[in-house]
Amino acid sequence: MADIVMPSLGADMESGRLAQWLIKPGDRIARGDVIAVVETQKGAIEIEAFEAGTVAGLAIGEGEEVPVGAVIARLEAPGEEAAGAEPAAAEPASAASPAPVEPAGPPLREPAAAPAPRPDGARRRVSPAARTLAARLGLDLAGLGPGSGPGGAVVSGDVRRAAEAVRAAGPPAAPPQGARAAGLDLEEMRKAIAAAMARSKREIPHYYLVQVVDLQAASDWLAARNAERSPEARLLIAVLLLKASALALREHGAFNGTWEDGAFRPGAGIHIGNAVAIRGGGLVAPAIHDVDRLDLETLMAKLRDLVTRARRGGLRSSELSDPTVTVSSLGERGVDRLLGVIYPPQVALLGFGRVGERVLARDGVAVVRQSVELSLAADHRVSDGHSGGLFLRRIADLLQEPDRLLA
Amino acid sequence: MSTALETTYRECVREAIRDALQRDPRVFLMGEDVGHYGGCYAVSKGLLAEFGEERIRDTPLSENGFTGIGIGAALGGLRPIVEIMTVNFSFLALDQIINNAATLLHMSGGAFNVPLVIRMATGAGRQLAAQHSHSMEGWYAHIPGLRVLTPATLEDARGMLWTALEDPDPVLIFEHVMLYNRAGSLAADAGPVDIERAAVRREGGDVTLLTYGGALHKTLEAAEALAAEGISAEVVDLRVLRPLDEATIVASVARTRRAVVVDEGWRSGGVSAEIATRIMERAFWELDAPVERVCGAEVPIPYPAHLEQAALPQVAGIVAAARRTLGR
Repeated sequence: MADIVMPSLGADMESGRLAQWLIKPGDRIARGDVIAVVETQKGAIEIEAFEAGTVAGLAIGEGEEVPVGAVIARLEAPGEEAAGAEPAAAEPASAASPAPVEPAGPPLREPAAAPAPRPDGARRRVSPAARTLAARLGLDLAGLGPGSGPGGAVVSGDVRRAAEAVRAAGPPAAPPQGARAAGLDLEEMRKAIAAAMARSKREIPHYYLVQVVDLQAASDWLAARNAERSPEARLLIAVLLLKASALALREHGAFNGTWEDGAFRPGAGIHIGNAVAIRGGGLVAPAIHDVDRLDLETLMAKLRDLVTRARRGGLRSSELSDPTVTVSSLGERGVDRLLGVIYPPQVALLGFGRVGERVLARDGVAVVRQSVELSLAADHRVSDGHSGGLFLRRIADLLQEPDRLLA
Repeated sequence: MSTALETTYRECVREAIRDALQRDPRVFLMGEDVGHYGGCYAVSKGLLAEFGEERIRDTPLSENGFTGIGIGAALGGLRPIVEIMTVNFSFLALDQIINNAATLLHMSGGAFNVPLVIRMATGAGRQLAAQHSHSMEGWYAHIPGLRVLTPATLEDARGMLWTALEDPDPVLIFEHVMLYNRAGSLAADAGPVDIERAAVRREGGDVTLLTYGGALHKTLEAAEALAAEGISAEVVDLRVLRPLDEATIVASVARTRRAVVVDEGWRSGGVSAEIATRIMERAFWELDAPVERVCGAEVPIPYPAHLEQAALPQVAGIVAAARRTLGR
């Protein structure tokens, strides 16, 4: 028996209201199925199943609001006997009765003085990184294993793949009506933005740096590349800016991560939150994961998809839970320069202004070049202006040689 | 635009010393056989003729004595470079290095700093046996008051010395004996480098190989071999053993989630133990596998070539350790 819990969709989320169940007891579900719609301040979010099984019971009803981590449903693994499935003990705090799980790795050397049963069942090898990531994604580890790590340990890659599988299962053929119906509550979203931004300016000692980046080489490179492509296969310069930022973050880890409990925690990957404006007034910044490892075409596709879903209210739980840095672009609105407010608990925000022609001085001559004003808002508790400057320069340098963004 | 020069590690160290002697009249080089003989690894060959006996000073076999003279000269306003032939001989000067150089700033309430640079050869591979081959830089990295550098590249061999001389406090530079003949190209205008940060020498996403000094090049070879198996290894050159650049170590491990420490020194209580502990302290929740270590065998370095090689970290061992962190 496995628990499905209310996932955390961001550090500022404390509870969620279950808007609609898309499953009922007895349903067989597969990994990646959208099982419920939860209303949060960020709008209606589709909750995905991380494992397959048969729904044994629903622990809460539609319209109920429960804290993050509370059990909302129970699942029987495939083949598991429905042995008197106690229907939905709706006590969120108490751990579920431990369900013994086959040890994934080699057996323990000796069980010593029989330790107290752990809430997640029998002892398996799960790496610290896998536990951290699973907790962040709201993924139940009981469904995983044996893993691909040393001695069959479940490692973060296994967790990531499980989450990817869910994502790959993709948007359900018939998108649940609930998500659309619930839509976006802009008033609630405004409250969430207010809380996060006030906290940011209250707690984070921001500093700001701005650099003009010559984009002529990148623009030329892009034009040559796009010339051979049909309009829908063309890349936007935003993709180059994102990829350059991600590659630079690899080397400048102090800008990729979170400030939690008085200390900096480096990000587990480079998961860039993309600030997306919502029509009617509102803002979300869902993540694209591991941007540094995506090729430009994949990144372009993901960006398009993300913006579309952010605006119609179909974001997935995994996208809101773990961005490690945010990128914001207001250039399309004609803004020259933007100085951002960091989204807590992140520690940096990159801002891109308008990409266009500017007069720059080059070798003693005024020339007209494609360029952009790149800004950094960063948390002075974690980094200093010097390293911030190096970080911006790295992004600028990468954009001078676009071939390096193919890596 | 600078052009590149073909050069060797030995020539880079020599150029660094020559440059320092030219830049600052307070700089002088002192040690056993550094003058007429040209240095036991031929690093200072030609410098006596160029700079004279005042500034290239041969000393008697008296490590504690001439290291003490170096400390005195530094206190008196000069910028000495003391060469100790090999780290094994520096034990004769431990009293001066640890009881004086490292402590005077503290014991004088900040009144007297010791701007001294000590260079020494370290490491095995030349069949010089157990009294000339050990990697003891980890011992010195234990001592507050010292900065410990391990240049492994031509850039660092050329660039660390001047930055070390500008440091107001004592700096120890460990030159691995197997690096002196290493050839490569160096920018003609190569100059001082930082002595604060570790450097990522190769980027990778699957496992971080942390190393320094003579083991860097074996580690890079191992990374190449791993790449052929589809394992992308990141190689971090620690460069500075004290104070350690924790941020670079933690950032890399947090990205790859796996770490192998490669250290020619012994495992027990050594540099690798310290690095592994820092990773546990600062990056435990990022790890996907226990930290692996590839270290020198815990024996006095043997004389016969095959046994000497067997006692040192080798490419195959590094590759195997990296595979283990991936469960392969």
